Amino acid sequence: MALRHFGAAAAVAVTFGLGASPALAVTEIQWWHAMTGANNEVIVKLATDFNASQSDYKVIPTYKGNYPDTMNAGIAAFRAGNAPHIMQVFEVGTATMMAATGAVKPVYKLMAEAGEKFDPKIYLPAITGYYSTSKGEMLSFPFNSSSTVMWVNLDELKKANVEIPKTWPETFEAAKKLKAAGHDTCGFSGSWITWVNLEQLSAWHNVPLASKANGLDGFDTVLEFNGPLQVKHLETLVELQKTKTYDYAGRTNTGEGRFTSGECPIYLTSSAFFGNVKAQAKFNFTAVPMPYYPDVKGAPQNSIIGGASLWVMGGKSAEEYKGVAKFLTFLSDTDRQVYIHKASGYLPITKAAYEKAKAEGFYKDQPYLETPLLELTNKEPTENSRGLRLGNMVQLRDVWSEEIEQALAGKKTAKQALDAAVERGNTMLRQFEKTAVK
Amino acid sequence: MQKQAIFQTKVLPYALVAPQLAIVLIFFYWPALQAVIQSFLLQDAFGLSTTFVWFENYLELFRDPAYFAAIVRTFFFSFAIAVSSLSFALLLAVMADKPLRGSMLYRTLLIWPYAVAPPVVGVLWIFMLHPSLGVLSRYLRAIGVDWNPLLDGDQAAALIILAAAWKQISYNFLFFLAGLQAIPKSVLEAAAIDGARPMRRFWTVTFPLLSPTIFFLLVVNIVYAFFDTFGIIDTMTRGGPGTSTVTLVYKVYSDGLLGGNLGSSAAQSVILMVMVIVLTGIQFRFVERKVTY
Repeated sequence: MALRHFGAAAAVAVTFGLGASPALAVTEIQWWHAMTGANNEVIVKLATDFNASQSDYKVIPTYKGNYPDTMNAGIAAFRAGNAPHIMQVFEVGTATMMAATGAVKPVYKLMAEAGEKFDPKIYLPAITGYYSTSKGEMLSFPFNSSSTVMWVNLDELKKANVEIPKTWPETFEAAKKLKAAGHDTCGFSGSWITWVNLEQLSAWHNVPLASKANGLDGFDTVLEFNGPLQVKHLETLVELQKTKTYDYAGRTNTGEGRFTSGECPIYLTSSAFFGNVKAQAKFNFTAVPMPYYPDVKGAPQNSIIGGASLWVMGGKSAEEYKGVAKFLTFLSDTDRQVYIHKASGYLPITKAAYEKAKAEGFYKDQPYLETPLLELTNKEPTENSRGLRLGNMVQLRDVWSEEIEQALAGKKTAKQALDAAVERGNTMLRQFEKTAVK
Repeated sequence: MQKQAIFQTKVLPYALVAPQLAIVLIFFYWPALQAVIQSFLLQDAFGLSTTFVWFENYLELFRDPAYFAAIVRTFFFSFAIAVSSLSFALLLAVMADKPLRGSMLYRTLLIWPYAVAPPVVGVLWIFMLHPSLGVLSRYLRAIGVDWNPLLDGDQAAALIILAAAWKQISYNFLFFLAGLQAIPKSVLEAAAIDGARPMRRFWTVTFPLLSPTIFFLLVVNIVYAFFDTFGIIDTMTRGGPGTSTVTLVYKVYSDGLLGGNLGSSAAQSVILMVMVIVLTGIQFRFVERKVTY
């Protein structure tokens, strides 16, 4: 209503040749996102609070479908010349966005040009590292981050007299005991087969997934995950699949109901699974760090993040960018980060917010919410654990999943499958390198 | 018979077809042209760098064994879906054609599945046949089938064929029923008087008279299996496990939208377009020449 009056007033002003005063104009900032349910409410509240806090800018959040849909909508809109100002892009879209010089506005540049106070050191390096150049320049603004954790059904473990496993060999033993104790369709399982069993596994054991610091140092990266560790791990999974001690639960997270229903008592997936577990699990649960192989020197290293970040799109006016910069500062506020952390279960991105949540005793009752943070900050990140930046990552994951599925189905050996995944993946990386803007 | 209408001016007929032409041009020819152009380009997802590469996208496809595998798979799927859904629909139509009490009700109920959107069909079948959630999978396990379409490619393919064929049964049923009712009763009665038993009457009288319908439906079903199964595949298997349910259309989607490889994706759609043109061409030739309704 107020807006319509304003429009009418502006029209009148223009008619009389006065021109609308620039001080009165509200600059609209379009924010496209992929959050549903409770997380969508968080987004709406953030936008509403920001709009109420000042009168120059108005952030308008729009839900554009799931992650790939949102990204495709943004790309299509860019091609048509009306991209949003801010776009939420999942972590695997990072390389594609980064390669699009001219289509995006790096956050560090945006902040400098808008004259907004911006200190990259206040953010948790384990999170921002994923979205920064090798020089530490922040390209996109981390919004919702999570990591892989191992969800455990405490009641079932107790019943089967099994300790919470810490290493992979212990996990396999635990799964065998659980299977013997009645979980005959699933001793343990997990979602996001490639994220958990290739990407995180490699980072957690400080072995490369790909050359050039997993692609962070250049698009001429080559996949290297067919090494002894990954092959041994997959071989074990294939072996356990035969007896359903391990049971494959699909490429994405559609199998997560198998944990909350009680079918799989041990389940590796994102820490963001918390909301569903809390709502649906009728048993005592916790989340512990991912298992590791104790014979690998220096393991565990640190985990890498999942989730999404906010990309600022290119080709907008200085005034609009100023508003975007103010909004990012608004999001970095300590109390606001604590709010996002508590409301969504995603990780806080600033050190101060983490400290504050800790000081408030937030993790006392729910220690499992700190697990991903402990994993991410376990050790100073190395070349192999800072993050991933591989072009065509969405489809790369599909190709890797295809090969892993063939190994699990017994059609290929683990080594053959991973060799093929590396080879097919490299072909796609070269294709991406050809089209990437130089 | 005189079919031509007489118009006083030359403008009026053109004006009358203009809206239709505009729609066809804007929504069919324009995108098709775009696809053809795109198929000669190598371009990043944002359209920031473009190189003209002649036929490289096509050559790349023909060098890719995965593409041939997808072609073979698509033809197999189409054949399996068409045959299973046609034969089942024909059986149902023949039965519903009999004078039964409440036949209207049966007929209506049999047509319902056609109103269900493909992704919903996918979800329905997932709920019935999901390895851990599915109602039917429990029975399958009980009779000793190691049912796991998440890992077993053949089972996943069977699942897609089942769901896709199920959805198409209603459509086929409708046409078969109409076809059956158009067969003159006198011919069937004459055959009966000559001593032909029901089975023989069906194969020597009904089936040949139904052949135009069967042929028409065969083409429609193949086109359906080529294109409209996308929603089912996307919700049920996303092409997996392995690549065992990646059809040509799914590959266009996954290479173009998920992989950002627009050139190859466009080249694939052009190839698909050619296939459909050929199919439709065959249909028109046969329908025009051999078949009279």
